[in-house]
Amino acid sequence: MSSPLATRNHPTYWAFVLHRLSGLGLAIFVPAHLYVLSLALEGEAALDGFLRWAEMPLVKGAETILVILLAVHMAGGARLLALEFLPWRDRQKSLIAIAFGFAVACGLLFLMRAV
Amino acid sequence: MTGRVELWLYIAQRVSAMVLAPLVLVHLATIVYAIRDGLSAAEILSRTQGSILWAGFYGLFVVAAAVHGTIGLRVILREMTPWRGKSLNVAAIGFCLVVLFLGFRAVEAVT
Repeated sequence: MSSPLATRNHPTYWAFVLHRLSGLGLAIFVPAHLYVLSLALEGEAALDGFLRWAEMPLVKGAETILVILLAVHMAGGARLLALEFLPWRDRQKSLIAIAFGFAVACGLLFLMRAV
Repeated sequence: MTGRVELWLYIAQRVSAMVLAPLVLVHLATIVYAIRDGLSAAEILSRTQGSILWAGFYGLFVVAAAVHGTIGLRVILREMTPWRGKSLNVAAIGFCLVVLFLGFRAVEAVT
């Protein structure tokens, strides 16, 4: 009998896992992101204090991961919407590759301009 | 009754995803554009303050993200934990209200 991982070891399964994990990560991050933006209600200095802290390389790395999570969730979600609402396409692996490539490209572009 | 609620949640999840997709694209492009010389409060606020367009854009973003994130979290919890029923629904509504509150405060702050 094959193990569950062996039977699930397929690009579409890993695309599902990535979509779940990126969605979970974004759901945790979004409230914090909105709270930080609302600091501007207390004046520019409060928001600037956070933005200075965000200049640290470790935070820039975390921000890059968040950009990739957002892009991967959007591109993966667009693939799912196409799967559910448009005529079936056989090239599912190619669509997953395009979605993942788009996300990595967004992350690299962000990183190149941020540092 | 429950089946009908689940159907409406499914529809709301897909519709919010369709709304979010172009908003996220614009948001990603704005992030990459704005980060080039480092971020400052003055730079962010000069771009967004007094703009009805950005207020509408981010207001819609907040509503769609709150709906989409809440339904998504509820689906994950239902599928991967034993948590079910009214308490889960109350927690999900609570999460949605927190995101809406923080989101509209953020939109008010930057526009």
